[in-house]
Amino acid sequence: MGDSAISSAATADVNEVSARLALLGAPNCGKTSLFNALTGGRAKVANYPGVTVEYRKGKFALPNGQGIELLDLPGVYGDCGHSMDERVAIDAVRGNLEGERRPDGLIFMMDASHITTHLHNVLQAKNYGLPMVLVLNMMDMAARDGIDIDVNQLEALLGIPVISCVAVRASGRAHLLDFLQDWAGDVLHGSAAKPEPEADTLKDLQAKARQITGGAVSRIEQAETFTQRIDKIVLHPVFGILILAGLLVFMFQAVYWWSGPFMDAIEGGFAWLQGRVDAILPNGWVKSLISDGIIAGVGSVLIFLPQIVILFAFILLLEASGYMARAAFLVDTLMAKVGLNGRAFIPLLSSFACAIPGIMAARTIEQERDRLTTILIAPLMTCAARWPVYIMIIGAFIPNTKVGVLGLQGLVAFGLVVVGIVFAMIMAFIFKRTLMKGAKSTLLIELPSYKMPVFKDYLMGLWERAKIFINRAGRIILPASIIIWFLASYPTKDDGIAGTFAGMIGGVIEPILKPIGFNLEIAISLIPGMAAREVVVGALATIYALDSEAIDGPIREVLQNSWSLPTALAFLAWFVFAPQCLSTLAIMKKETNGWKWPLFAFAYLFGLAYVAAGLTYHTARAFGL
Amino acid sequence: MIQDSQTPITLRDLAKHEKAVICGFDLSDAELVTRLREIGFAEGDPVEALHFGLFGRNPMSVRLNGALIALRRSEAQAILVKAL
Repeated sequence: MGDSAISSAATADVNEVSARLALLGAPNCGKTSLFNALTGGRAKVANYPGVTVEYRKGKFALPNGQGIELLDLPGVYGDCGHSMDERVAIDAVRGNLEGERRPDGLIFMMDASHITTHLHNVLQAKNYGLPMVLVLNMMDMAARDGIDIDVNQLEALLGIPVISCVAVRASGRAHLLDFLQDWAGDVLHGSAAKPEPEADTLKDLQAKARQITGGAVSRIEQAETFTQRIDKIVLHPVFGILILAGLLVFMFQAVYWWSGPFMDAIEGGFAWLQGRVDAILPNGWVKSLISDGIIAGVGSVLIFLPQIVILFAFILLLEASGYMARAAFLVDTLMAKVGLNGRAFIPLLSSFACAIPGIMAARTIEQERDRLTTILIAPLMTCAARWPVYIMIIGAFIPNTKVGVLGLQGLVAFGLVVVGIVFAMIMAFIFKRTLMKGAKSTLLIELPSYKMPVFKDYLMGLWERAKIFINRAGRIILPASIIIWFLASYPTKDDGIAGTFAGMIGGVIEPILKPIGFNLEIAISLIPGMAAREVVVGALATIYALDSEAIDGPIREVLQNSWSLPTALAFLAWFVFAPQCLSTLAIMKKETNGWKWPLFAFAYLFGLAYVAAGLTYHTARAFGL
Repeated sequence: MIQDSQTPITLRDLAKHEKAVICGFDLSDAELVTRLREIGFAEGDPVEALHFGLFGRNPMSVRLNGALIALRRSEAQAILVKAL
């Protein structure tokens, strides 16, 4: 459920007389900016990776009242569909997309600066047989780069209408809107001209495209563009990697520092709400369900919203400015060592917020085996849900001393993140040489010119990501919280947690976890932790709070008195791998079309977690800790 | 070996800032050639090698008709060029 339901809901109120137009074009040509500007951003999106992956739909009315339904498709160069997101675009245009009617006409969008490299894609798109208009976007930038396009001449040579446009400015879109007033009506009534078919080999298409650009485009070679000057440093083999590393360090610092006040405010808000509920409702199961179950459970997840928003604020900024493709270029040299490619960088970076958007973003990777490998290692990136666990255990067991200028607690946390990354690379290396053998990994990406991000598009993108995170809290965490509350409260909690269903289940798994130093309380907390890793923190708090034999006090003191140091360290080691996250396994099932890979991921992560925790526990004991 | 300027070499052999003209493709990997053509490489286009990665000069980036394309040297090997 979910994604497809969201996108199909958008069609429910679509006006019968709307013309359906699809925006087609290469990545980074400005489709999304035009889409947002025309529809006011009132779009239904099914997805949240760092790039447009499924497709977005929106409606708007032209000045003459003609309704338009617009599809924003993923960027695509040709008609082969090498990656999953490219196939979505091509299927949509061919009318092969499930539950989606074929569009009535195509708006082919092109970055005017790239007319020479991309014109053959326009000729190729004529073969779809749909009425089509070519929109040359960013004509202002092209002129600045010394490219002069004779639009009338181009129109004559291409045999389709050509409109020049600056999508991010209202004045730049006026010409396009004027054109659409007549054209969209014709498209709807089937009277718009369909393009003449073109040759079908790329070589012939390119030859014709070069002839056309020869007749309609003149280029004055510029000394050195702004982008080229910046790239001299940013793509430098040594400085480039140092700049990227600096950016990442800053980004992670910001995620954990800037989010503090917001997280405190959210925590305070939920505490206040809990206090109000406790004061208003009479004692009993209803109050316990709302206060201990729903508010505590949902609150413990929504508290990570600030971190998610800050991380995506950076990712979207890097993406919109044109830097992200360069990051992929810079890390490709390292990724090649483990058999992956630079495109895996964006999914893996997103996975530091949450593996779910990371796994979905892997759709942009063309080779299926590379995509699968990326999906399998994505859960090893330290997602936001692990931080509450790290913060709680490190705060309780690692002394707050300094090592040089750095705090020991921070170093341990950083070390856990590094261990995750190292194991991700090791596992990628192993998978690519065993299960995923044979596929040659490739890169081949266009590095777009640097751009100033459009503030409105940026905020909309950020809001879309936040919205999906909040929805998830409602769809997954809310029901999970209710179930946990029930399991931890019934049939009886008179004898502490052991008498509840949760205690019984915990008693069954405890023997498995005992050899790695875990106690009954940990075993119990890992069950609700299946819903989301961070739930473990709340679950431990609840379990020790309900347990009459445990001492009262803040969870940190309770743990210091109930756990040995080796147990605490083993618990941290477990969470580096932490296989238990139902949402991650569910999205893996969706993205790989079956249970094979999610079950495999669970098994290998469980094995690593078990061995790592066991080794940590016994090593720590051997050293007398 | 002395390279005659008329003998085709491949894009991967270009040094930094070296310019060349594309004269054909190595067709042994047809899908790769399709992808190279789709992104914009075509016979007769001028190219210039611009940036190289840290290890093994991999990947590389090339200027192509005002666009900047990043690719691995194994992919660049499928593009035959004549040095200028």
